[in-house]
Parts: sequence; C-alpha cells; structure tokens
Amino acid sequence: MKKRLGNTTDKLPSVLVLLLIVAVWELICVSGMVPSYMLPSPVDVAAAFINDFPTLMLHAATTLQEAAWGLLAGILLAFVMATAMDRFEVLAKAFYPLMIITQTIPTIAIAPLLVLWMGFGMMPKITLVVITTFFPITVGLLDGFRGVDADAVRLMRSMGAGRAQIFWHVKLPEAMPQFFSGLKISASYAVVGAVISEWLGGFEGLGVYMTRVKKAYAFDKMFAVIILIVVISLLLMALVNDLRNLSMPWTRLQKTEKQTAERRNKNAA
Amino acid sequence: MERHLLEARHITKAYGDRTIIRDISICLDKGELVSLLGLSGSGKTTLFHVLSGLTVPQEGKVLLDGAEITGKPGAVSYMLQKDLLFAHKKVIDNVSLPLVLKGVPRKEARKITDPLFAQFGLEGTQYQYPAQLSGGMRQRAAFLRTYLSAAWSGKGTADDPGDFPKKASGVALLDEPFSALDTITKNQMHAWYLDMMGRIDLSTLFITHDIDEAVMLSDRIYLMTGSPGVIMNEIRILPQRSARTDFNLTQQFLDYKKQIIRILEQVQTAQAAGAAQAESRKRQME
Repeated sequence: MKKRLGNTTDKLPSVLVLLLIVAVWELICVSGMVPSYMLPSPVDVAAAFINDFPTLMLHAATTLQEAAWGLLAGILLAFVMATAMDRFEVLAKAFYPLMIITQTIPTIAIAPLLVLWMGFGMMPKITLVVITTFFPITVGLLDGFRGVDADAVRLMRSMGAGRAQIFWHVKLPEAMPQFFSGLKISASYAVVGAVISEWLGGFEGLGVYMTRVKKAYAFDKMFAVIILIVVISLLLMALVNDLRNLSMPWTRLQKTEKQTAERRNKNAA
Repeated sequence: MERHLLEARHITKAYGDRTIIRDISICLDKGELVSLLGLSGSGKTTLFHVLSGLTVPQEGKVLLDGAEITGKPGAVSYMLQKDLLFAHKKVIDNVSLPLVLKGVPRKEARKITDPLFAQFGLEGTQYQYPAQLSGGMRQRAAFLRTYLSAAWSGKGTADDPGDFPKKASGVALLDEPFSALDTITKNQMHAWYLDMMGRIDLSTLFITHDIDEAVMLSDRIYLMTGSPGVIMNEIRILPQRSARTDFNLTQQFLDYKKQIIRILEQVQTAQAAGAAQAESRKRQME
C-alpha cells in the first residue's frame, strides 16, 4: 500500500507536465491560432482514435507480429554472438567492429533495399527489426559476461567446475541485469523499426496505414497512430520490466530491503 | 619420506620476471589447523592459487596424500577472501553448488545439505537470498560451502550418502576468512570455528595477517615474509585447540605474540638495512 503511494508521488510531476502540454495544445487549437487541418486538437485525435479503433487494431496486429518475431530472432542472435565472442576472443576482435558498423547504417536507407530483396511481405520488416534490436542486447550480454568477478571464476574452478558450468551457474545469471537493460532499449526499437520498414512498402501494418492517412492529409488519424505506437512501446517496455522482476527475484528483494531500511532511518530521524 | 595430507615442495612462482614466492615448502597433516601469517605482499594468496591448482608453479610440486595435484583444480577446497555467495542463488543452492558441480541433481544436493544448516548456525536461512544474511552468517554459509566442497566425494545419494561426510580430500584452504568482519563478530566466529573444527573432519590451512588470530586458532604457524615471499619460521602453538577458552588472556599467548612480532621486526630491519646497503653501493658505483 505504502509502495503504491510512493509510486504515485514519483510519477506525479511527469503526469502533470503531460497534462499541461495537452491543455496548452487544446487551447492553441480552440483559440484558432493554428488552422485545424494543420494541427488537429487533442479532442479530434481522441475521436479519430475511437472511430478508427478496429482498423488501428488490425494494423497494429501486423506490426506487433513483425516486432515480436524480429525481437525474438534478435535476442537469439544476440545470445549466440555474445556467447561466442565471450568464449573466443578472436571472434570478439573480428566481429565487434562489424557489429558497430551495422548500427551506423541508417535504418531508413537500408529498408528499401530489404524490400527489393525480400518483397513486400513480413520478411524485410522482421529482418530490419533484427538488425536494430540485436545490438543493444549483444553489447549488454557481452559486458555482463566480461564483468563477472575474476575471483568468482576462480572459486568455481577451484570447485572443479568446467567452462560450461561456469557459464551456466555464474556468467549467465550475473549478466541478466545488463541483458534486461539491453532488451528494454531493443523492445522500443523493435516497434519503431517495424513501422519504419512498413513505410517503404507493404500491405498491412501501422506504418502502411500511416503513409495512407498522410497522403489523405488526415492529420487527426496520423496523430492517433503516433499515440498508438507510443502506447505500444511503453507497454512493451513495461512487459520487459515485469519479466525482469519475475526472472530476477533477488534484485527486487535487495531493493525492498533498502527501502525498508531507508524508511526505518527516516522514522528514526 | 614422511607422508603428509597436503604437501608443497619447493614451490617457486613468478609472473613475468617478477618472482612472487620462492622455494616454499610447507605441509599439513590430517586434522591440523595451520596458518600462514605474513604481511601483505608476501605472496600468500599466490601460494594458495598454486596449492588449489589454479596456477602452475615454475618449480616445485603439490602433493595430496602422496599423489601429485600440481595444476589440477578441484582436489582441495578453497575459500577466497570474499565470501562470493552468488546473489542469484538461494543460500541452500549456493551451499550445495559443489555437489551440483560434481553431478548431484539439485534436489538431491538440497536434501544432503539441508541438515547441515543447523550445525553451522544457519537454520532457517536455506531459502533466503544471500543479501538477506548478516556478514557473519554469509561467512558461515561460505564456510559450509567450502566444507562440502572438501568433504563430498561426489558419490552416494541423500538416502545413502555412502562415505559422506568422510571426505574427498578433507582439505580446505581459507584466505583471510575472518578479515572482513567487525571485531565482535570476528571473536564470535573464532570461538565458533574452533568448536566446529573439533566436530567435523577437516584439515585447514588458512591465511591471515592478524597475529592474535593466528596464535588463537592454529596448531602451527608459518611466518611468511619478503618479496619474493619465503617461509621464515615455523612456530608450534602448544595448548590443545579444544582447551583454548580465554587463551588470549594468558601470559603464554603474549609470549607467542612477542616472539612473532620480534621475528617480523627483525626481518623488516634486515630488509631496510639491505635496501640501504644496496642504495649506498649504488651511490658508490656512481
């Protein structure tokens, strides 16, 4: 109960600022400073969102599928790469620079190429999502693997542990915090990546819908899509957070212990 | 030649062109508690890395019960300076890790270690995480893990533990096991440790830089000094370990302490003189 209250007070400032921005936006629209065809009012956007809801959901389903498959493949690729690079220093030296190069390629530039190579279906979208999502996860995992205390490895070896056992019992669990930090970033990249690749061709998806309403100058619908994308990204990030807490119960425990200690100190003071 | 439980013969270990320890020979007999006492930088931890098989020395060999184990980790149990309990494992899984590593299924391993918790003063902490334990409890948990690592041969089950807890090697190396604790906890741990050692079948070699601790706990003390580190002296502490209540308040205790301090001081003066001599010689050369 107390924790709930604490959370609300934590989030209060950001919620207030958000409400303020929406209020100012509405005021600008109502006052007629900007014509409504250029900037729809929040109320118009909300109306568009409600009217278009079935269509939006249909397109969101496609985008979400692309994002999910891409993210899953990205995670898989990241695990393979980080594990191999941790095991063989040579591989790290060979592939790390290459990995960074893939991240400097602008998404928007490579997307049309992918469409040319793979057609208008889901494949090019998924590929693009993989390219954008595997990097933060790989780097997180690799840093996690390498950050393991040398003494912890010594202890394991002194107990007769082999390389695989050290990996399973120490390296992998100790890299989980970094893995989830990477995954959080990647989850938001995944949706954006899928949308961008849909801009450049496809039959369904939020990106396709976006280009369609843009061409019709239906800015209210455009804003509705943008807000939907934001909501989806936030939900995905929240999901990652929950997954993190579920799979690492010990970190949550340390936090609550610390909070109890702090509260006790405060009370004492 | 006399056969010891654990024996190091003429160990020399260097990293690059820096010799850390030179020509070190020590031994440990069954049931003994022997300490390596020395100032920091005398290569005690390096010697432990050699004894535990983590590194291979340039010269010399390590024998366990007569068989050579040089460079073979897993033969003797090693407790490092930090408690190194893994934050992501529950206490019972941390403690039974040596068994799991030897191929015992996790459930079995838990069943085997569970009864030992009471004996080690850890009752009720089995399914907590290490972050929930106090410093002294963490140390005891690390010690229980070390004990299991030394005492479990990897055969047998919970229902039929075979020769457990007879031993694999029964040898534990402890690197400053009590140094991270505050004085009161430390004293409690000393008493607990002496009591424990009387009840379980374990031979230990431990590193310390605390003279009181060494005299209080050991059967024998090796004094290690210098850079590269060598063994200067070997001191036998006479009173039986089981009869050492308030030993640290006796004259005999103080005499041992004085003896050790004197030796260490002599070494330091000799070293300083040697350094001064070398310095003046260098100046004359110029």
